[in-house]
Amino acid sequence: MASSTMTLSTPAVSGRVAPARPRGSGGQLAVAGAAVIALAIASMFVGVSDVSLPALLAGDQTAWDIFWISRMPRTISVVLAGMAMSVAGLIMQLMARNKFVEPSTVGTVESASLGILVVTVAVPGASLLAKMSTATVFAAAGTALFLLVLRRIPLRNTLLVPLVGIMLGGVIAAVTTFFAYRYDLLQTLNSWMIGDFSGVLRGRYELLWIVAVLTLVGYLCADRFTMAGMGQEFSTNLGLNYKRVMTLGLIIVSLISAVVVVNIGSIPFLGLIVPNLVSIIFGDNVRRAVPWVAVFGAGFVLICDIIGRTIRFPYEIPVGVIVSAIGSAMFLYLLLRKRERRG
Amino acid sequence: MVSTGLPTALTQHQRRPIKGISPKTWIIALAVLAVALVAAFMLIDLRGNIGYILPRRAIKVGSMILVAYAVGVSTVLFQTVTSNRILTPSIMGFDALYMLIQTGLTFAIGGQALLTMGAPVRFVIEVALMVAFSFLLYRWLFTGGGKSLHLMLLVGIVFGTMFRGISSLLQRLIDPSEFIILQDLFFASFNNVDGLLLAVSALAVAAVSTLAWRMRHQLDVLSLGRETAINLGVDHKRAVISVLIICSVLVAVSTALVGPITFFGLLVASLAYQLCSHFRHTSVLAIAVLLGIIALVGGQLVLEQVFAFDTALSIVIEFVGGIVFIALLLKGKVK
Repeated sequence: MASSTMTLSTPAVSGRVAPARPRGSGGQLAVAGAAVIALAIASMFVGVSDVSLPALLAGDQTAWDIFWISRMPRTISVVLAGMAMSVAGLIMQLMARNKFVEPSTVGTVESASLGILVVTVAVPGASLLAKMSTATVFAAAGTALFLLVLRRIPLRNTLLVPLVGIMLGGVIAAVTTFFAYRYDLLQTLNSWMIGDFSGVLRGRYELLWIVAVLTLVGYLCADRFTMAGMGQEFSTNLGLNYKRVMTLGLIIVSLISAVVVVNIGSIPFLGLIVPNLVSIIFGDNVRRAVPWVAVFGAGFVLICDIIGRTIRFPYEIPVGVIVSAIGSAMFLYLLLRKRERRG
Repeated sequence: MVSTGLPTALTQHQRRPIKGISPKTWIIALAVLAVALVAAFMLIDLRGNIGYILPRRAIKVGSMILVAYAVGVSTVLFQTVTSNRILTPSIMGFDALYMLIQTGLTFAIGGQALLTMGAPVRFVIEVALMVAFSFLLYRWLFTGGGKSLHLMLLVGIVFGTMFRGISSLLQRLIDPSEFIILQDLFFASFNNVDGLLLAVSALAVAAVSTLAWRMRHQLDVLSLGRETAINLGVDHKRAVISVLIICSVLVAVSTALVGPITFFGLLVASLAYQLCSHFRHTSVLAIAVLLGIIALVGGQLVLEQVFAFDTALSIVIEFVGGIVFIALLLKGKVK
């Protein structure tokens, strides 16, 4: 079947000879990083209460308080969540060897919310850490279930994989909705499912630093995930401990999703769009792609968050809503781009 | 790479029909069960002001029957013309389109204006918009060259996500008080169906049904696949377009009446194919519709009487339907 060879990996300029020097050099990365930092700084001055540069320079105490308690934590969490979810998507894609999967298209995010629901119902006063651990266990179980189902998919058709994943997520979400409905937690559930940075304050976001560490681990192990994705036999031949690498990937992806869902809510399609864009622009060298994915992810979420805060000023639109509107349109483009080319 | 899902599905299927029971027997048995369930629904626990309760129950049962009919027929027809056993109009983003249109209307003219407009007018506008949009979408998706079924499915689901994303974006931009008006329209519910709208819907469904009835033999030929159908003298393009219009009207009417139910059609259609040993549309359609009535009325009865739930039926359908869907995908019914 021709479709099993269809991947998005063909770079946009497939006809041309590959450039001698790899694209996406360190210098370009530095420029991109600087642009993201500029965006981050800009995002710190967007908001209802007045925090302006002159006020800060004049030593206005209220302005500084807002800056430290609200603005700074918010921007940091946007950057961390954006980076981590994008890298988690990339790892997922390497492990499943499919360009169309990411934590929200294989049920990881849905499983994490089911975990939060279970812990909320069973232990109403559970600490954030307890919620997060439960969510992680559920997320890992959900992702493992997907990877198991994946083995049974005939021919590993490129498009069938995300399809099964999305439906699996739908089934898990239906279970969650059913129990949320019984326990009158539907509204709470909705607030988990929609990514939103407006609740981020100093003292309530610090666990997100965990995902920074995980992202770094993901970067260091990126090549191994590529190898593991080739299958058990192949990777064992290359001297890789297949099981250990797959477990590591599973833990990284689940933990990132769980931490982000517990603290922020789900940001759909992020892990799908960003790695694919990076691969279209810079090709498929995974090790080099990871920093770009992180930078693009942070920048994309920063822009979406700024849009969400300004489009209906002084009200705020959750970032998850903006990302799902833009993200699904971009996903459609990625899907149909190929169709147009094939005629 | 034109996918020919149906011929494979046909041969696969013909290997294991449930032996010994003809479609006619199934239809009679299911019809008896359906009538019994409807009677039970109307009569169980009938106390108090009967003159008030009975008409309300009648409207509820009527809307369930109408929805079962519309969803069953539209799914089977849609699967015939798209040559697959797994796509349904709802999975192709239809319910999300419904929400988007509701939200878009509220956004454009305001919730109050929408309410004062009167239910029938609003209903007609919604249905008209949905038929137009969905028809354009399906036509674009299914008449393009080189279509792969998986691509179409994925595109449909992502379209759904996009519609949902845009609706929730618009919902946040709408005034909070107007949003409350809108919110009521989103969940599938048989509890607050308007009697007049039910009548209007029944008329619309009856109208397209006569069209479908006149096409019934053509449909049997269409299910043999595009090339065979053309060889046998069917104006394929025209037939497909007529069927897509019929489907759009049916799904639009049922969605506008009770709200979105995604997996219901897939469930009843797959089951109907399992039960029916031949592929004449009249039998498959009848079985699908009867199964739909049994599932909706019976399910609602069990949920209300046994579990004392009210509107959770759509959630249960979503759950079971999702599992059936994955099973069908894994079985390789779509190649």
